[in-house]
Parts: sequence; structure tokens; C-alpha cells
Amino acid sequence: MTIPALAIAGLAKSFDRPVVADFDLTIRAGEFYALLGPNGAGKTTILRMVAGLLQPDAGSISIFGVDARRDPVAAKRVTAWVSDEPMVYDRLTPLEYLEFVAGLWQIDARTAEAKANELIDWLGLGPHANELCGGFSKGMLQKVALAGALVHEPQLIILDEPLTGLDAGSARQVKDVLLGKVREGVTVIMTTHILEVAERMAERIGVINQGKLIAEGTLAELRTRIGKESSLEDIFLDLVADAA
Amino acid sequence: MSAAPASLAWFARHELTLAWREFTAMMTAGRRARGIGLAIFLVVVAALLHLMAFGLVAPWVSHGIVPDKATLVLLSGSGLLFWTVMLSQALESVTRVYYARSDLDLILSSPASSRRLFAIRTGAVALSTMALTGLLASPLVNMLAIVDGPQWLAAYGVVVALGALSTAIALAITIALFRLVGPKRTRLIAQIVAGIVGAGFVIGIQAAAILHYGNMNRFALFQSADIVAAAPDIGSLLWLPARAAMGDGMASAIMLAIGLGALALAIGVSASSYGRLAISAAGLNHVSSQRRPSPRAFRAASQRQVLRLKEWRLLQRDPWLLSQTLMQMLYLAPPALLLWMNFGHDAGAFVVVVPVLVMASGQLAGGLAWLAISGEDAHDLVVTAPVSPRIVLIAKIEAVLVVIAAVLAPLLALMAISSPRMALVTAICAALSAGSATAIQLWFRVVAKRSMFRRRQVASRAATLSEAFASIMWAGTGALLAAGSWLAMGPAVVAILVVGLARLISPRRR
Repeated sequence: MTIPALAIAGLAKSFDRPVVADFDLTIRAGEFYALLGPNGAGKTTILRMVAGLLQPDAGSISIFGVDARRDPVAAKRVTAWVSDEPMVYDRLTPLEYLEFVAGLWQIDARTAEAKANELIDWLGLGPHANELCGGFSKGMLQKVALAGALVHEPQLIILDEPLTGLDAGSARQVKDVLLGKVREGVTVIMTTHILEVAERMAERIGVINQGKLIAEGTLAELRTRIGKESSLEDIFLDLVADAA
Repeated sequence: MSAAPASLAWFARHELTLAWREFTAMMTAGRRARGIGLAIFLVVVAALLHLMAFGLVAPWVSHGIVPDKATLVLLSGSGLLFWTVMLSQALESVTRVYYARSDLDLILSSPASSRRLFAIRTGAVALSTMALTGLLASPLVNMLAIVDGPQWLAAYGVVVALGALSTAIALAITIALFRLVGPKRTRLIAQIVAGIVGAGFVIGIQAAAILHYGNMNRFALFQSADIVAAAPDIGSLLWLPARAAMGDGMASAIMLAIGLGALALAIGVSASSYGRLAISAAGLNHVSSQRRPSPRAFRAASQRQVLRLKEWRLLQRDPWLLSQTLMQMLYLAPPALLLWMNFGHDAGAFVVVVPVLVMASGQLAGGLAWLAISGEDAHDLVVTAPVSPRIVLIAKIEAVLVVIAAVLAPLLALMAISSPRMALVTAICAALSAGSATAIQLWFRVVAKRSMFRRRQVASRAATLSEAFASIMWAGTGALLAAGSWLAMGPAVVAILVVGLARLISPRRR
């Protein structure tokens, strides 16, 4: 049996009210998984717990067989986190930023430099490689953040609304990069409110509401479940309405 | 009756509502009990300051205050100290009128008059400048009014006039900078000028006092017979502010007319360009800053080295921090001068030099530690990296302490040539002061953007107060050790208690 890229069991988190309760999820290696849900459903909370940014109240998270709660450093070695708010320093250049990220992941300097230059070119950041990020547009910042996520060759990429605020060209570039990574065998889990993106890119889709997984499967399986030939948007609205 | 939309009164009410809500949120953090506690604390502090002011004023009044040249020199010199602080604060605030975004995009994109908004915001700067200086001067003015007579209350009129004049001058400087160096550099240069104006006069007076009298008491200069003899005649217009403060009605009226007139003129002249300059400042967010392409290859480094290097790069490229550090360095100039003047002659100077260096180390460490530990712009990135939080914290603390050591090292070396024992005392006390400030910032750390640095002091008053108090106590320890007194144990124990108390009440502990 192959080890899943991500295995979550019984995950729970409460703030002033329960946000995630008894949440289970398994994602195969090399899969593109989209996690959908209405505002406040708990998507970001779940992903932040997987990335090690939030401490769960209960449950287990296993990343490629590594218990992420027991050995977070080992789990983080193979993961990358990209949020809708690019995590970039205003006063570093993209190259300096990538050097910093590669240093944090302890990537060999020569390998990291080659990879950084490759990513900079791939994402069209070449002319801006030595400019401070402070003057960049949202799309450019997101590309720098994405380059940072890829420079250490992660096996699991966790993305929380990565396309928010991007123009069509930048969004297309980010989508192409992600699909390219999946083709290379990298696992991607992503939340998005742009259902068309999930419909086109994801192999499997999970729908959550009030912190619980209410449906999961391929687009065809979800259609079968609600018993009609509809768009993902209709399926999503039906599922959420039923759950409410 | 409500004001007509977009009128001056309407903008004033809008600004007042926002300012009041921000002030109450900062002071109480939404907790009523905290507000009451703060009010009690402020009353106690005000009472103590009035008591101290009484101690200063009473002997002076007992000799009888007459408007002779000596009194006018002392009053004008002291007033000039307050005025440089006012000008510095006004310059800092006026720049924010042009650069702060918040609701400016909304208002500038509306059909409302940007001139009216500018008039209101500049007026608010003048009012806040007057209020702050009025508060600072109030213990002295109130005690003079109680002990010598109510004519001294006219000094508040001088505060109003000088506040208005400072704002007018700050506006003129800002507009001139926009024209001379453009919107990209205006903010940084204005901040540096504000820092130099705020610290420069005090430091200059101290330097003069050191050169002439061998001590750092700036008031010694204002009371010296040479200065009094060299000062202009008693009928000179230079004494107008001092005369106004002493209750001369005509002088007060002239001062108010000059100050308020200059402010009205400055607002009238600058208002038309406000919209254009604010928009050009806003455009800076979209301007890339081209650095020289770095031919340097990526370097192999440990996680700690990588984190330290990142902190140093960001500190080095932070213009606001640069201006603040410059100011801290300026404050170190007088003790350095005193050290040089007394080189090889007088060990007594160390009693003054050591605490200044110790205090400066604590203050600088507190600011840098906040930036490195709390002000992490890519918090998620560092947390999701395969590096233990302990290593991250150690690297950041190392980055801060290395900077402090680099700043202090030349002064310590100079000291060591004259007295190795004093250099050792300073190094130990400075390390304890910087260590205490860093530890307090560590225990009170929050997740914040570096751009929030200005508000760090209001975010946690407990951290700010304990950091300042610990630095003062370590400075006291250093001074007493320099004097060879075992009483140094006293402030050292208090400093340890303050740090311990900070640890107990810190959010990390709770």
C-alpha cells in the first residue's frame, strides 16, 4: 500500500466556537485536490493546521507518513505553504528572498541558485530579479511567494486562495506552474472560491461546511451524488444548502 | 444640527470621531477597567511631576522673579528646548498627512475638496503638537502660576503660538523637500531632519556645556554669566516669547498673531498642491526600487546564519530605523565628547558617561528586538520552514545583540584605553540592559508587520514601561558602580525584579 501524501483523522479546532470538528481527509501522492466551502467553513483553519501554523485541539496529521504533530520539522521539510497574502519581505529582492528560503530549507547553495534563476525566468520575474519587492504588484508578489514555495522542491504544496487578486495572465501562469508540478508527481491541495478553477484543475474535490467534510470525489462522482448533470457551482450550492 | 457634507465642520467632526476612537482603543484596548487603571496611573504621574516641578520652581520664586536679562535667557533657552521638540513632532506628523494612506484614497477619489481635508488635518497636527508640549510644560507652568501668580498661565498662549509656528515651518520644510528631492525621498529626509532637530539642539547645548563647564547640565549654559553678558539687550524682540510667558499681554498678542498667522498662511499656500503631492506619494507604492544586480552567488549557510543575515539586511534597509538609530547615535555624542575631554584626567566623567551608554543600549535593543522578533513580515514562511522555533528566536536575538555590540564597541574601546575597569562595568551593564530589553520583547512578542513599529509602544504598555524602567535601573547600577559605590546593588536588584515582574505578567507566561 502506498503512503498517502496527506492523511488527516479526527481533526478538531475551536476558537470561541468549534470551527473544525472530527475532520478526516486522505490525499494520494501526486493528486491535485481542491477544498471548497462557503466563507467561514473552516478551509483555511484546516490548511493552517496542516502547514503547522495552528495547533489542532485533537486529531492527527500525517504528511508522507510523518506525524506532523510529533515531528513538525520533518513534515515541513517536504511541504510548502502559499497563502492569499504573499509572505514576502518588502526590502529584499526576489533573488535575496529565494536565497533566504533555500537557506531555511537547507538546500545546497549551488542547486538553490540554479533553481532560483530557473523559477525567476519561468515566472517572468527576470527583469525584476534585483528590485526590492516593496514596489511589486500583488500578482508579482504572489509569483515571488510561489517561487519561494517551489525553490526547495516540496512534495506537498498547500495553497490557500492563491489566485485572489491576480489578473488573468498571472492567474494562468500560477495555474500552469501548479499543473506542471502535479505532472512531476507533486501533490497539491488548494482552497479556492473560483469554482471554475477547481472544476478544470482538480482531480478530486472536497466540499466542507461548518468544519465537516460533506462531500468528496471527482466531478463526475459529485454529479452522480446529486443526481443531475450540472456545473460545479450548482453542485456546490446544492450540497451546501442540503448540509445547512 | 449636523454640518453640510464635505464642509470644513463635517471633515472636522469626521476626523475628531476617528481620532477619539483610535485614542480610546489605544488607551483601553476595549477594556473599561484598563481605562480606569490608566486614568489613576496618569493622575499619580501628573501629581509626581507637579511635585518635582515645585522643587525646581520654589527656590527660584523665593529669590523673586524679575524680567531681567538672566531670567529672559533662562526662560528663552528652556523654551527653545521645548520648541525643538515641537518642531520635530510637527515635522513627523505633517509628513504623515501626505504619506498616510488609510482613507486618503477614498477622499481623494471623491468630489470633496482636498483643500478642506488638508486644512483640517494640518490643524489637527498643530493641535496635537500644542497639546503634547502643553502637557510636558504643564507641571512647571502650573506650579509657577500657583507659587508666583496666575500671570504665568499666559505661557499656555506661548505654547499655542509656538505650536502653530512649528506646524507652519514643518509644512514649509515638507513642501520644500517635495520640490527639491521628490516624493520618494521626502519622507526619509523629513524623518532624519525631525530626528536631528529634536535631538540636535539638546545635544548641542550639552556639548557646549561640556566644552565650557565639563558637565552635561544643559541649564548650566543658560545660567552662565558669559552667555547672559553676550545676550542681546533687554528690549530685543528675541525675548518676546519669554515676556509673553511671563504674562506680558502685548507680547502674548504679538506671539499669537505671528504663530496663528504663519499657520494660516502656510495652509493657504500649501492647500492647493496637497491633492497632487499626496497622489504622487501614493504612487510610490507602485514604483520599483532597482538595486544594483548582485553578481554574488548564493552562499552556503546554516539556518541561523541565514536568519541573521536576513535580519541585518532588513534593518540596514529600513529608513525609519536608520533615522531612529541616527538619533540614538546623536544622543551618544555628548558622553563621547565628555569622555574625550576628560581623557586621562578625570575619572568622574565616567559617572555621567556609563549610565548614558547603558541606557542607550537598552533603548536601542528594545526597538531592534521588536523589529526582529515581532515585526516578521513573512511570519507564515518562517513558521512553515523546517526550523525549530528555538533556532529562529536564537538567531534573531543574536542579530540584535551583534548590532548593539557593533554600535558600542568603538566607545568601549575608547573607554578601555582610559580605564579598563570602567569599560568592563559599561560592557556588563550595557549587556544586562540590552539583554533585559530583548528578553521583555521576547516575552511580549506578537505577530506584526514591521510597518507597525511606531505603534509598538501603545500595543503593550507593560512591555514599554518595564523595558524603560529596567534600562533606567541598569543605567543607575552602572553610574553607582562607576562611582565605586556598593549602593549599585540597589538598582540592580530593582532591575532584576522589574524583569522578573515583566516575565510574570507577560502573555507568554500566562
